[in-house]
Amino acid sequence: MNSSELFETPLTVLVERYPYIADFFDSFNIDVRSSDASAAQLFAALDADALDDIGLDRAQLRQALRDYVDGMGALQHDFAKVECLTIKGGFNKERQPEDFSLDLLPGQIICIVGPTGSGKSRLLADIEWMAQGDTPTGRHILINAAVPDAKWRFSIEHKLVAQLSQNMNFVMDLSVEEFIRMHAESRFVPDVDDKIERIMAQANELAGEGFTATTPITSLSGGQSRALMIADTAILSKSPIVLIDEIENAGIDRKKALELLVREEKIVLMATHDPILALMGQRRLVIRNGGVAKIITTSAAERANLAQLEELDRKLMNLRQRIREGETLEEL
Amino acid sequence: MRFVTVSGPPSAGKTAVILRTIDALSERGLRVGVVKFDCLLTDDDTLYASRGVPVRKGLSGALCPDHYFISNIEACVDWGRQEQLDLLISESAGLCNRCSPHIKDICAVCVIDNLSGIGTPKKIGPMLKGADIVVITKGDIVSQAEREVFAARVRQVNPKAVIMHVNGITGQGAFELSTLVAQASDIASLKGKSLRFSMPSALCSYCLGETRIGEEHQVGNVRKIDLNDKGRNNE
Repeated sequence: MNSSELFETPLTVLVERYPYIADFFDSFNIDVRSSDASAAQLFAALDADALDDIGLDRAQLRQALRDYVDGMGALQHDFAKVECLTIKGGFNKERQPEDFSLDLLPGQIICIVGPTGSGKSRLLADIEWMAQGDTPTGRHILINAAVPDAKWRFSIEHKLVAQLSQNMNFVMDLSVEEFIRMHAESRFVPDVDDKIERIMAQANELAGEGFTATTPITSLSGGQSRALMIADTAILSKSPIVLIDEIENAGIDRKKALELLVREEKIVLMATHDPILALMGQRRLVIRNGGVAKIITTSAAERANLAQLEELDRKLMNLRQRIREGETLEEL
Repeated sequence: MRFVTVSGPPSAGKTAVILRTIDALSERGLRVGVVKFDCLLTDDDTLYASRGVPVRKGLSGALCPDHYFISNIEACVDWGRQEQLDLLISESAGLCNRCSPHIKDICAVCVIDNLSGIGTPKKIGPMLKGADIVVITKGDIVSQAEREVFAARVRQVNPKAVIMHVNGITGQGAFELSTLVAQASDIASLKGKSLRFSMPSALCSYCLGETRIGEEHQVGNVRKIDLNDKGRNNE
């Protein structure tokens, strides 16, 4: 948008063209919906008291509007698709080299295992920061086999990693539908209604107990919340990598949840010690002493055992169900 | 010595973020000190001291905290230089949302948390809107979508800022923040510098100790609330 369009167009017309501009004035408590003035005229008409309340002078205000519109424009551009993320090893806390190079592709699941404090968070931070040998581990991250643009580190629209953990809760006072709509609008996603429908359908498929679009997000059960978070992240989050910190085996179909993320072409990194989840991954990174000590590829024998583990899991779930229904477990 | 002003609403996690960032800076051999500004009481100075961080505190008491801040910060910078610090961090709470301790040409950080509600970025004035770096905390306990929406709201009111997520408990993101504050401008003193934004002004009878309620006791810079219908939109 050039300067004359931005500053000389009557604001009612401008807001019609670019609805997000209303938010800018709204955040300075200036009502533009009923005014025929342009931004330049409106700024010129602000008196000293009004400017004092805002805490900016006219030139700063003009610059702020310019920056805002440029920033919003940048948000609407799609960035290059991540076809391959490469992690090149650095060294562990004892400065021993890690000596590995790992390519992660969309649709893959990689598990991260290791005790608390072993360096799992640092590995994720390295990915998120697109480390170039300049973090304590000396690792390098490549995107599509090239060094990513350094500017991406600081732009929220290039955030590589979306995170999901057991501790996360919804805190906004919104219904499920309002919540998804707000998320979609903050990202300028087209076809919002279609997105809402898809996310609702997916979340309900993942959750043990169904919920409606009018349910307040804060009153969802743990399983329902997790299901909505996963469906929303899979379908609406721009980040190509999803980090999952355990998924509790309650009220959510974990296998379907992972399948959804894989289908949506996410690279899934999962910190887990749950044997079923661990075997669903193609590979496991073993983290020890701040470094990747080993990379295990899930073997055919392990995969065969997965079926058995799932059978055990089902048995255990049945027993849970019987307890819930007030039965006894004198016979298993 | 480099100098950074850190501000943010009460309980946003400023101290935790600063402590984590200092850990990362110390690892690189930098000597970092803190001046903590508060109103009535703070124990944060002992927290800093227990980590071996050189610290001074200033309590504004009955004075406007940000006016107190700006009347003292020059001396604090001189103190930091005497202590031979590589980096001095000032920490102050923005209490009325219109204050801002940020100084021209001095790296300005605002700390704000995900739990404060998505209307909050809009409500905070120059402290957030004029910061160079906005640190968002408590991201580990809200959903991914809420983090994204919150960051987008911050971006809306401050499109120029670097927006970062730092976890004050695990320290995730603190290393990254430390690389930015380590590049803050190197200064000899604050002489000749000025605030980025004017501070809220008052100077009415209540500033001078008046306690009685009523129009006849109000003198000076007094503003009246609009209780008419059209005042409803006037927050």
